[in-house]
Amino acid sequence: MSTSMNTENTTTTGDRATENEARTASTKTAEAKETAARVAATDPHVAAGPAPTVPGSSAAALAARSDAGSAPRLRGLLARPAVRKLLVLAVLAAAAGVLGSRLGNGLWPGDLTVSLDQPLGKASDWIIDNRDHHPLFTYFLGHLSNAAVLAVRGVYLVLLALGWPGVLLAATALAWRCAGVRAAVTTAVSLAVCGLLGMWVPTMQTIALMAVAVAASVAVGAVLGVLAGVSARFHRTLQPLLDTAQVLPAFAYLLPVVLVFGIGVPAAALATVIYAAPPMARLTALGLRSADPQVLEAVDSLGATRRQRLLTARLPLARKEILLGVNQTIMMALSMVVIASVIGAGGLGDRVYQALASVDVGNALSAGIPIVLLAVVLDRTTAAAGARLGEESGSKRTADTAVALAAAAAAVIAATVGRRAWPDGWAVSFAEPVNSAVDWMSAHLYTGVPVVGGTAEIAGHFTGWVLDPIRSVLQGTPWWGLLLVAAGCAWLIGTWRGALTAAAALAAIGVLGVWKPALDTLSQVLAAVAVTLVLGFAVGVAAARGRRIERLLRPVLDVMQTMPQFVYLIPVVALLGVGRAPAAAAAVVYALPAVVRITTQGLKQVQPAAVEAAESLGATRWQVLRQVQLPLARPTLMLAVNQGMVLVLAVVIIGGLVGSGALGYQVVFGLAQGDLATGLVAGAAIVCLGVLLDRTTQPRRTDKDSK
Amino acid sequence: MGKKKTYAITAAAAFSTVTALSGCGAVDMTEQRSPFAGAAGAKTVTLSVQSWVGAQANTAVAKYLLEHELGYRVDTVQVDEVPAWDALSQGRVDAIMEDWGHPDQEKRYIGDKRLVARGGGLGVSGHIGWWVPKYLADRHPDIADWHNLNKYAHLFRSPESGGKGQLLDGSPSYVTNDKALVKNLGLDYEVVFAGSEAAQITQLKQQYKRHKPFLTYWYKPQWLFKQVPMVEVKLPKYTDACAAKDPEKIDCAYPTTPLQKVLNADFAENGGRAAKLLKNFHWSERDQNEVSLLIADKKMKPQDAARKWVEEHPRVWREWLP
Repeated sequence: MSTSMNTENTTTTGDRATENEARTASTKTAEAKETAARVAATDPHVAAGPAPTVPGSSAAALAARSDAGSAPRLRGLLARPAVRKLLVLAVLAAAAGVLGSRLGNGLWPGDLTVSLDQPLGKASDWIIDNRDHHPLFTYFLGHLSNAAVLAVRGVYLVLLALGWPGVLLAATALAWRCAGVRAAVTTAVSLAVCGLLGMWVPTMQTIALMAVAVAASVAVGAVLGVLAGVSARFHRTLQPLLDTAQVLPAFAYLLPVVLVFGIGVPAAALATVIYAAPPMARLTALGLRSADPQVLEAVDSLGATRRQRLLTARLPLARKEILLGVNQTIMMALSMVVIASVIGAGGLGDRVYQALASVDVGNALSAGIPIVLLAVVLDRTTAAAGARLGEESGSKRTADTAVALAAAAAAVIAATVGRRAWPDGWAVSFAEPVNSAVDWMSAHLYTGVPVVGGTAEIAGHFTGWVLDPIRSVLQGTPWWGLLLVAAGCAWLIGTWRGALTAAAALAAIGVLGVWKPALDTLSQVLAAVAVTLVLGFAVGVAAARGRRIERLLRPVLDVMQTMPQFVYLIPVVALLGVGRAPAAAAAVVYALPAVVRITTQGLKQVQPAAVEAAESLGATRWQVLRQVQLPLARPTLMLAVNQGMVLVLAVVIIGGLVGSGALGYQVVFGLAQGDLATGLVAGAAIVCLGVLLDRTTQPRRTDKDSK
Repeated sequence: MGKKKTYAITAAAAFSTVTALSGCGAVDMTEQRSPFAGAAGAKTVTLSVQSWVGAQANTAVAKYLLEHELGYRVDTVQVDEVPAWDALSQGRVDAIMEDWGHPDQEKRYIGDKRLVARGGGLGVSGHIGWWVPKYLADRHPDIADWHNLNKYAHLFRSPESGGKGQLLDGSPSYVTNDKALVKNLGLDYEVVFAGSEAAQITQLKQQYKRHKPFLTYWYKPQWLFKQVPMVEVKLPKYTDACAAKDPEKIDCAYPTTPLQKVLNADFAENGGRAAKLLKNFHWSERDQNEVSLLIADKKMKPQDAARKWVEEHPRVWREWLP
């Protein structure tokens, strides 16, 4: 199989990329090449050491379980890098144990922490006092903010001027032109539903903000990506930044952005751009760097200048990746819509947020559905447009253009003649039935259900038997012990560099002075990931077996992935009570789709020949799964674990809203109280946790596995 | 595909043009308004709505009157309290209808920078405290006194409180000294933060349905009292001397605060009839609860709830009109 270990384009919002895997097979191979190139560029082991030190092979060696004779076994064992690594770790652990009495046996020592309260408090005061006259603000940030406001306003006014018939027709025509009839129908129906739900104006506000944010993200991402694609040095500098951006929870940087720009649209637009630009940069660079060398050579031999080569060969060759980047950017931006409502972005997110305040699930859902629909429409349209690349024939093109032109004309006519505001009478409210359903559920399932017990009891058991023990173990382990474990895990699975990064990330948490809450959060993440993986693998295996199950699952997974978490927080609390259990449940709902998709994809990619061979030998289905499919799909399953971790961590802050406490709550607290010190430190600690979890679950070098 | 790329380039060009067009001189971004404001040339007022329903009720009624009596267009933005002050000082928000007292912000924005102006009292007094459900107080009449809380700590145990009693706190944006109180009064309790008012209310309702015990941080005026009758727990008496202590050392009850309106200074001066109406806005706790209940309990949309109240109480609001 081709490598799919690469997490390059699978981002915190969800892995549209893996969903797109089938249609972007070429991207995957390109990524493999890119990863291999990066290994060669950055990993000293490849250059200096013998081949087996390339990690990934270490794990492969472990799994291979060779059956060598007993005499060379010991030497064979020692030859295995994993075993050598374990030995080194054991020695280190013993040494640390001896030193342990001097290092202290408990939580991170207070002497080793640095308090950022004062400097951060001062920084925050400085910004507030200077932002109305300091040149940095008036000549730079002010323009940025102004541009965002003007652009969003411009788009919004155009949308309002078109009126609903105009917008509907124009969007449908655009979808038709880019992606065909099916996408056009989906678009028309979805927009009509937004109107029917009485959400037309908020939907337009969201689209206006989205359009500007996506355009800016694509522009910024493309520029960075092209630079990284052309210059290897720039690529090396950008890489770690993009890696960090991938594990950065969106909430964490709302606070500094708000402090500088104040609440409102500019802050929301900027936060969205920071969040959504990285995938574009990453994929553009990837596309440029993986261009077919033979083609480039041919272009060179024709005497093209560098610029010509970039414009006529490299960029066109990378267009699939670039379009995938646009798709990813759009999805990331949409997932930011609700989060940005916390800082006054308006639109659909704000409606969801306000409904949450009055504990009104029905109305939150009415605003949440348009968000899901927008996500589905934009995803399907950009994906279909990507799939159609290169297969367009001239005549079809003219026909499509004719359709688009006709629709555009119709839009103009509709805009001038028709009514502009969505008619009030055309609205369906289903808030009430939804609310009574939630009431019924919380009344009947909460407690005292025969045999399984109520949801509250299950939540109680989960807290008492899973969350509490993990937390006590983590908080009970001496701090240096945890550092060793983190480094060891990362080393076993990756390189010593990864190990260093993991240990440094964990140490940074200690230095920031949030050791205890961070371990609390870590325990919740681990527990939620465990549940996600069990469920995700089970569902994934089932979906890989049957096409029908997969097709049934697709819309469900889409909804789970794009439905704003604010919508289901209330039902989750109503069922599980306030605490860490509902937070874990919300995280599982969010992370599950990605794990299911990656698992399904991985199992389906296992060569049919291998499966057939096993079956012809008389293996049962279970044996085939256990002994052939799962081992062969192992790299992909590791990716699922990694993505599960990253996604669960991404919603830690949402958990803070339902009583998870710890870091999630601290970020929410910082945001609510304008307390930069608390919020930023907790946000930084979440990033550190993200780096730690990423390094300990991501076997970064995959060239061995992919062969 | 060439098309797509052209789009991206066009978008980038448009963006930079906009940046360039927005002027080459200095721009004070603290003077910017919402891009959604005044879309059809209407006079627009932006009101901050806080996350609790009482604040939604104030805003809904103010919005209804501004729109239907004075012909303004009203935008509402939901933000937490401290960021709302910040937005108020920048003119992104014109008014906060219900402020529970933020001494730091008042000093900075009203005193030093004069960017925010007081808008007078709302007519409602706010009070924070600890509450237990009425059925629990009926069962154990002495429970509503902090001296006896330790005796009953076992009743309030939860999976989150680690063997101690659970004191449920709410949204991180609310004023609270509960951690200090628990420590300084020597109570065998753990403060559990629900993280949002929505989560807290959902939890309280669940407990109430089954008549289970709970001890919660809560505040008046609040519509939930109509659905879940509660009795306040007596804490050591509030004194100004105690409130002036270091927040870590506070060991007395919360004060009763007359809730205030605050306006953007520029809006207060030049906001015309809208500013006058908002300054005159003054109603009773009963009025506010009536609207809140319609929103939260009857699940009416805020504007419908406001219309109902406005139709039924013309005598109250006629006096506010400029």
